[in-house]
Amino acid sequence: MTPELFITRHNELVDPFVQVWSWQIPVYLFLGGLVAGMMIITGFSLVKGRYGERSCICSALPGVGLVMLSLGMLALFLDLEHKWYVWRLYTTFQPSSPMSWGAWILVLVYPVLIASWLVRPPALLEDLSQTVERASAWLQARPQAVRAMGAASLGLGVALGIYTGILLSSLGARPLWSSGILGPLFLASGLSAAAAFTHMVARNEHERIEMARLDNVALTAELGILALLMLGLFSGSAPQMAAAGLFMGGAYTAPFWVFVVALGIVMPLIIQNLAVAHRIAHTPLAPLMVMTGSLALRFVFVQAGQMSHWAHGVLGVIRH
Amino acid sequence: MARYGMAIDTRKCVGCMDCVVACKTENGVPEGLNRDWIAYESAGKFPTIHMEIRSERCNHCDNPPCVACCPTGASHVDDLGHIVLVTHNACIGCKACLASCPYDARFVHPDGYADKCTFCAHRVGEGLDPACVMVCPTRCFTFGDLDDPQSAITRVLESRRGHALLTDAGTGPRIFYLD
Ligand code: SF4
Ligand code: SF4
Repeated sequence: MTPELFITRHNELVDPFVQVWSWQIPVYLFLGGLVAGMMIITGFSLVKGRYGERSCICSALPGVGLVMLSLGMLALFLDLEHKWYVWRLYTTFQPSSPMSWGAWILVLVYPVLIASWLVRPPALLEDLSQTVERASAWLQARPQAVRAMGAASLGLGVALGIYTGILLSSLGARPLWSSGILGPLFLASGLSAAAAFTHMVARNEHERIEMARLDNVALTAELGILALLMLGLFSGSAPQMAAAGLFMGGAYTAPFWVFVVALGIVMPLIIQNLAVAHRIAHTPLAPLMVMTGSLALRFVFVQAGQMSHWAHGVLGVIRH
Repeated sequence: MARYGMAIDTRKCVGCMDCVVACKTENGVPEGLNRDWIAYESAGKFPTIHMEIRSERCNHCDNPPCVACCPTGASHVDDLGHIVLVTHNACIGCKACLASCPYDARFVHPDGYADKCTFCAHRVGEGLDPACVMVCPTRCFTFGDLDDPQSAITRVLESRRGHALLTDAGTGPRIFYLD
C-alpha cells in the first residue's frame, strides 16, 4: 500500500503554505524595477536634451538596462515549469492579467532601450561600428524624435515599475499583496535603486548630486508608501491584520525592519542627506545599501506574501 | 449554459477518502499530488466542541482569480458549465494561478503544467457525475446546475443551511458545505 491513501492534504507544495516562487521571481521583480528606474532617468535626460554632453549618463544606462532586463527575463524563464511553451505569452493578450501586460510591455521596452542607447552610444561602440555611428548621428539630428523617445522611455519606465508591483497585488489569494499600493511601492523602490546605481557610475559631478537628491526623494516616498500599506493592512480584515503581523513580531519581522527599512531606506537616506549637504563625501556605501534594500524588499514581499492566507486571523478556526 | 456546483453534506461525510482515491484513479493524478483532499476543522473548547470533516477541491469560483491572472488564457472558464479548466499546452507553468487561489487547489503536474480538479468535465459532458460524487459511500455529494431551479442541488441548497469557504476572498466559490 502506498502512503497515498493516508494523504489528507492536496499536495506537498501547499502545506503549510504556498511556496511556489523562490529566488527567481524576487530577482526578476528587482531587475525589472531597476530597469524601470533607469528608463525614467534616461527618458528625463533625453527629454531635457542632455544627450548632447558626452558624459551624460544616458550614454550608459540603456545599455546596462538591456543587460539587466535580459538577466531578469532569464530568471523568470528559469522559474517557468513548462518552459518550452513560453511563446504562448505572445499568441494572446489577456487584459485581466498583469503578467500578460508585462509580457507585451517588455516587447516595447527592448526597442526603446536600444533606440535610447543609440542616441548617445558609448565612444568605444561608435569607434567599433560605423552603423552605430551613423544611426547615432541620424538620431541626434532629430531632436524632436529624441524627445519623443525620451517621453516613451519615461512612460514605459513608469508602466514597467508599476507592473512589477501590480503583478503581486492582482493575485487575490494573498492578503499581504491585496493592495494596489504595491505598484507605487515597487516603482519608488525601483527608481531609488536606479538612482543609487546611477549615483555610483555617473562621471559627471552634477549628475551624481542630482541622483543622490532623486534617490532621497524616492526613498522618502517609499517610506511613506510602506507606512500607508501597513496602515491599510492594520485597518483591514482579520486576514490582512494577520498578514501585517508577519512584519510585527511574525516570521518576517527581522528581515523587513533590518534589511528593508533600516539598512535599505533609513540609513542611506541619512547618509545621502549629509552628502548632499556637503557634510560628508559621496561614497558608494549608501547606493549599495539602497540597491541591497530594494532587492530585500522583493524577497521579503514575495516570500511573506506567499505565507499570508485568507484563513489566517479568522478566530476559532484551526486547519489541520 | 449550465453553472455547475456541488453541495456536500458535512453531517454525512466520515472522511473515508474514497473521493480522493476515486479522483486519483479516474484522472491518473500522479503520486504525491491530489486534486481533492479531506480537511478536518475543529472549533470551540472541550466539551463544547464542533468538528467538521470536508471533502475539498477547486471551488470552480464564479469570479476565479486563477483565470484572471493567467497570462496565456490556459486557465479558462469552459462552455460546458462554467467549469474552470486548464489547457495543458497553453500553460507556461508560471504558477501565478497557484499563488492566486485562496483554496490552494492547484499544483504543478510533473509534466510542467498547472493542474487541479476539473469536476470530471469529461464525464459531466457525457451526462455522468464526477467520479468523487459517484463513489461516495454515504452519498454526501449533490452535483448539478446551480442556475436550474429544478435541479437537485438548487433544491437542497434552498432547504438546508450551508456555508462556502473563505467567502471574504471574493472568489464566489461554488462548493457548498451543508451544516
Ligand atoms: S478554487 Fe482556486 S483554482 Fe479553483 S476556480 Fe477558485 S481560485 Fe481557481
Ligand atoms: S501556471 Fe499555467 S494556467 Fe497557471 S497562470 Fe501560469 S500559464 Fe496560466
